[in-house]
Amino acid sequence: MQTQKTILYNFHKNLGAKFVPFAGYEMPIQYKDGIVKEHISTRESAGFFDVSHMGQLFLSGDKALENSLEKIIPLDLKEIKLNQSKYSFLINNKGGVIDDLIITRTEKGFNIILNAACKENDIKEIVKCLKPEHKYDLKNDLSLIAIQGPKSESILESIVCGVNKLKFMNGNHFQFENKRIYITRSGYTGEDGFEVSITNSKAESFTKLLVEKGVKPIGLGARDTLRLEAGLCLYGHDLNENINPIQANLKWAISKRRREEGGFNGWENIREDLKNGASKIRVGIKPLGRIIAREGTKIFSSNGEEIGVITSGTFGPSVNSSVAMGYVKSEFSKINNKILLGVRGKKHDAAVSELPFYKKSYVK
Amino acid sequence: MSEKKFSKQHEWLTVDGEIATIGITKHATEMLGDIVFVELPEKGKNVEKDGHAGVVESTKAASDIYIPISGEITEGNQSIVDNPSAVNKDPEGGAWFFKMKIKNKSDLDSLMSKADYDKFVTENPN
Repeated sequence: MQTQKTILYNFHKNLGAKFVPFAGYEMPIQYKDGIVKEHISTRESAGFFDVSHMGQLFLSGDKALENSLEKIIPLDLKEIKLNQSKYSFLINNKGGVIDDLIITRTEKGFNIILNAACKENDIKEIVKCLKPEHKYDLKNDLSLIAIQGPKSESILESIVCGVNKLKFMNGNHFQFENKRIYITRSGYTGEDGFEVSITNSKAESFTKLLVEKGVKPIGLGARDTLRLEAGLCLYGHDLNENINPIQANLKWAISKRRREEGGFNGWENIREDLKNGASKIRVGIKPLGRIIAREGTKIFSSNGEEIGVITSGTFGPSVNSSVAMGYVKSEFSKINNKILLGVRGKKHDAAVSELPFYKKSYVK
Repeated sequence: MSEKKFSKQHEWLTVDGEIATIGITKHATEMLGDIVFVELPEKGKNVEKDGHAGVVESTKAASDIYIPISGEITEGNQSIVDNPSAVNKDPEGGAWFFKMKIKNKSDLDSLMSKADYDKFVTENPN
């Protein structure tokens, strides 16, 4: 498959981006400032992220659309109000996570934001659940720009009037240069922020304004350190088709009614884990020494038994320490439990840690 | 002190009598990105040319530090262990990595001059 570029590729290039192939796209890994400065800029001021590689899937249909989608998404979709967003997943027959997503109710149905690497397969899986009269459209004529950080509200308000009224995980239509754009108050950094869905033809002029107002460009490198400090999962690393939401410690992303009634793919397995607890579970992990526990690092109990594996690990610039997430046998998942990490042939001390590592500051 | 010499693994080296001071080049730090941890070889350790001693962890990856010459480690630079970001700021000055007693002076012959290293980097940007 040929590598794709987002509409902002040249704009990133002019801002000094270094690109890497990611999910079939050439994406900025960092800009001139580098990962740590970009991370801090987002936490202290505001940063923008081009997330146009992600899928923007629009579904339309009658009331039956909710029932169809509820087979593969374990949310109470009837409960979601117009313009309200929820985090959830697509679930396979074994209860494994096909993808994680944000779903928002629109006038005609739902909008789902999908991971770039998964979006083509996701659509195949979603379509299996739909009725012939339900329509779906993966919009390639839209870009998606995230603005994250404590100053994102005031800066975005100066460009698009009214966004300061949005509550966290809610969206609405707005105007930019006579074009309708859709903005949700959401993001994946642990900061207050917004995601702006905008026609490709206006993406550059919009982003240019952000830069002029002091919003820094942020690459995938800092996106990863930000989301990991916030304790958020990265699909393909902390989540995959062989992990169910209970194991991922994301029970909260299955609606209450669905946890009681089931009726979605893989319910038998998920019900079992809801009832008896999962045998392995995702936890936060703090290495205590001067090491980074990267993906694949083996986790041992204090007496040397292998009990799990790291799925994400990096240095957290805002918490100024090494941070990681991984799966351990449930009996070892208690907060502050001492564990060992096998890095470069040595076993290093670490502890099971509360998530998030960095406290969120969302506007409720 | 001698002029700086350079290795293909992006270390620099200066010689003062029997002692060599070794660090990583500015180009290396640019490739690594933000350095967050440094692990240095222990004092007194005997190391072989092209072996590795120590690790640099950046936000992107862990990279081994290669030893450009054989000898015995005499001193590590604790200040970069305590403050790893100094390596990004002053890689070819105050943020040297370690000093070592040179075993074979002939090891130095295989190292590059500044001009040759710059040419090497231009031809092998990654």
